[in-house]
Amino acid sequence: MDDNRRDFLRKAGGAAIGLGLGFPLLRGLATASEPGHGIEAAESTQWAMLVDTRKCLDEKVRDACIEACVRAHNVPVISDPEEEVKWIWTEKYEHTFPERVHDRANESLRKRPVLVLCNHCSSPPCVRVCPTQATWKREGDGLVMMDMHRCIGCRYCMAACPYGARSFNWKDPRPYIKNKPLSAFPTRSMGVVEKCDFCAELLRKGLQPACVEAANKIPGKEGALVFGDLSDPRSDLSVMLKRNHTIVRKASLGTGPNVYYII
Amino acid sequence: MSDKGKIFLGVLLLIVVVGVPLWFALPGDSGPAPELEYPEGESQCVEHKEYMTAFHMDLLDEWRDEVVREGKTEYTSKAYGRTYEMSLTGTCMKCHQKRDTFCNRCHDYADVYPYCWDCHLEPGEL
Repeated sequence: MDDNRRDFLRKAGGAAIGLGLGFPLLRGLATASEPGHGIEAAESTQWAMLVDTRKCLDEKVRDACIEACVRAHNVPVISDPEEEVKWIWTEKYEHTFPERVHDRANESLRKRPVLVLCNHCSSPPCVRVCPTQATWKREGDGLVMMDMHRCIGCRYCMAACPYGARSFNWKDPRPYIKNKPLSAFPTRSMGVVEKCDFCAELLRKGLQPACVEAANKIPGKEGALVFGDLSDPRSDLSVMLKRNHTIVRKASLGTGPNVYYII
Repeated sequence: MSDKGKIFLGVLLLIVVVGVPLWFALPGDSGPAPELEYPEGESQCVEHKEYMTAFHMDLLDEWRDEVVREGKTEYTSKAYGRTYEMSLTGTCMKCHQKRDTFCNRCHDYADVYPYCWDCHLEPGEL
């Protein structure tokens, strides 16, 4: 070895820079091959819903869906819009799809009532901002879940959700539950955020969400809401999506909503 | 030194002031343990009684995480091998129907106030 001190330092420095540049590339390769990224993720179950707004024009249908949801989850009914709690509700077309109306849009289309609920997004912004992971995207079935035990009521998720699908409990909701609690589903307490959970407790038993069932019970309105697994190409939902022109809310935001609409 | 008395008094006062709270907190007679009303017609809980007494809160914590976060539903008893649905209202309170004569008696005695029932419903509330 006839390297002098200067050569040694030069080589060592070069090696350090080389390593520094190399590691991010290696990490990139490692994450690309992890499951859950890319194509593989699309193959796991993703529950989704299709709302046929034509069938939901009838107020009876919308009310039945909302009522069924309120019963199933003991949702408090608070009339003050500042403090109300909503899981599924009616919104005007122009507010549901603000990107799809313009100054000269047909008035009746603008005012058209549309059922809206949590979109159980593929890339949910509410999950990204939650500091306690009280809300998270469940890997097994793609539901955006809430763990009320963990929620600290910071309402970041409400600010992050572009669909206004989350409600805060400004006060104890129990006095606002119609009559007595109607199901074994726990109520909430003051200071937590809640939203539609696609009836995770019913899905677990192999049943359909309460709103879907309620709509199906109305003669002539069957299929007003269609629920199913996006990853199964033979599910009713996938077939309907293939056959119809459907839209999602605020697609440009890139949240990947999983509630589809037929207008 | 003429200040001996004052210093002695001061030190004594300090010992009393610091010592009183410790004195009162010394373990002593804590009163009779609460009597619980056990469910009729049942001989065992999901695990041994000793385990349930000491660790029911840990078990409930575990159940909560598994149900809410992992979507599991069933729990197999380590002591008896039986399978139970993990549910506070559906399983625990099916037997322990009266919170007042079971849960609360101990919780009041131990001065702990869990907030389970702020949200979870008792069978009678339905």
